Amino acid sequence: MSQPKYLLFTGCVIPYRLSSYEISARKVLSKLGVELVEMPEYNCCGYPMDVINHDLMLTLAAKNLCTAEKVGLPIMTLCNGCFCSLNETNKILKEDKKLREKINGYLKEIGMEFKGTIDVKHLIYVLSEDVGYEKIKNAVAKPLSGLRVAQHSGCHVLRPRKYVGRDDPENPTTLKDLIRLTGAECLDYMDETECCGNPIIGVNEDVPFQMAKEKLDHVRSVGAQALITCCPFCHIMFDLNQPRIERAFNEKFNLPILHYPQLLGLAMGFSPEELALNELRVKPTELLNLIK
Amino acid sequence: MTEAKEYVPPVIKAEELDPKFKYKMSKKHGAEKVMVCFQCGTCTADCPIARFSEFYRPRRIARMVQLGLKDRLLLNNALWLCSSCFTCVDHCPQGVEIAGIVRVLRNMAVEDKNLLPLVYKELAANLMKTGFVYEIPESRLQKRVEQGLPPLPKTNLKDVLKIFEVTGSAGLLEKVQTIAKVESK
Ligand code: SF4
Ligand code: SF4
Ligand code: SF4
Ligand code: SF4
Repeated sequence: MSQPKYLLFTGCVIPYRLSSYEISARKVLSKLGVELVEMPEYNCCGYPMDVINHDLMLTLAAKNLCTAEKVGLPIMTLCNGCFCSLNETNKILKEDKKLREKINGYLKEIGMEFKGTIDVKHLIYVLSEDVGYEKIKNAVAKPLSGLRVAQHSGCHVLRPRKYVGRDDPENPTTLKDLIRLTGAECLDYMDETECCGNPIIGVNEDVPFQMAKEKLDHVRSVGAQALITCCPFCHIMFDLNQPRIERAFNEKFNLPILHYPQLLGLAMGFSPEELALNELRVKPTELLNLIK
Repeated sequence: MTEAKEYVPPVIKAEELDPKFKYKMSKKHGAEKVMVCFQCGTCTADCPIARFSEFYRPRRIARMVQLGLKDRLLLNNALWLCSSCFTCVDHCPQGVEIAGIVRVLRNMAVEDKNLLPLVYKELAANLMKTGFVYEIPESRLQKRVEQGLPPLPKTNLKDVLKIFEVTGSAGLLEKVQTIAKVESK
């Protein structure tokens, strides 16, 4: 089989404050034989602009898709939000001829045209579908046996079902399976598919904090030693905001939140420094002692 | 302890109703199915925001659209509480997409009422200035190189601005009045 090759779409928030995700993803993907090509140029996927004007979101997303079409490679995203807008726009414009004509009318002004020749995938689907479980298993040099973690896939890598259509949004297994390949145990907990609330944190903090606190409660109550995410926004909600949540509810969670490629990277034998684990807000010191 | 207040049912005046509103909504991408909502309440029961907010109720939004309570919908800040998690979309037995309906209503609030939460105006301003919704400081870009990451691709900003212009978004953003924060209780 030929080696998978993708244009890496890092979006805005990863280069802004979560390089740890990009660093660890690039490390493990390169070792797993996934070739990454840089976007020649790109802009925000459009996601947060959907609230202002739907056409604006579609056109900003389509501009990125057109750039990828010109290169002739599929896009891989690390962020659920980028996946949501790019994948959804790609599918809608491929299916809906009238809407495509409208958006192409805007794109014409910048000398572009959406043709619908490429696909968009999120990291976890590149790993599960293109690399494959067998290959990942074989790459695990230091199984994380004894480690007990939980996962939060996040909504936008699963929903809406009609546009994503890969994993079961009510009982997602992709990230769980990927976690189990590392030798770690992946625990079930209550309301696993519940959203983290991050998208509205700019307009209201109370609700997202309560949502995230409830999730941290549920994860802790099953005895997980870490929570594994595959989206920078979910990660920010549980890692960067964890001290604020602790203060707001007078609680102590001290629960490390790892990007999935950090967990996989540890199992593949990369050092914590190589995977930028030191950049996490909640330090995984105890966890690293456990797997020494 | 707060005393239980006597329940006063809200009064809807006939002149508030816009009977054509539901037809207008059904023509919009994402809101096509609003008329077939049969008020089962699945969306509200499964909505994570409704669990923690005292008044954000997706089922009510669908009903208000059907009734044509346009102004009440567009002027109510609760509109900005949906987190677009799409649970309602995946669970509705009638194929109604509340998340899509909310998005259409938000677009209308921007266009017809010139209202927008401040955070989105700021994100849009960053996007128009840099191509990204967060302004990535020079030191960050430098650190990328130190960490062995490739330089961040540049944005063709001229094209981004053109998109804001031709979609009418630049004009909309100039006019909006911003909402600072939205209460949930
Ligand atoms: S989802 Fe967010 S981080 Fe990703 S590109 Fe869009 S705005 Fe940027
Ligand atoms: S859980 Fe939160 S941050 Fe993650 S995908 Fe859902 S809304 Fe986005
Ligand atoms: S789940 Fe669907 S049919 Fe039921 S109330 Fe909500 S929108 Fe209406
Ligand atoms: S998309 Fe919005 S309305 Fe629907 S369940 Fe999620 S938060 Fe509630």
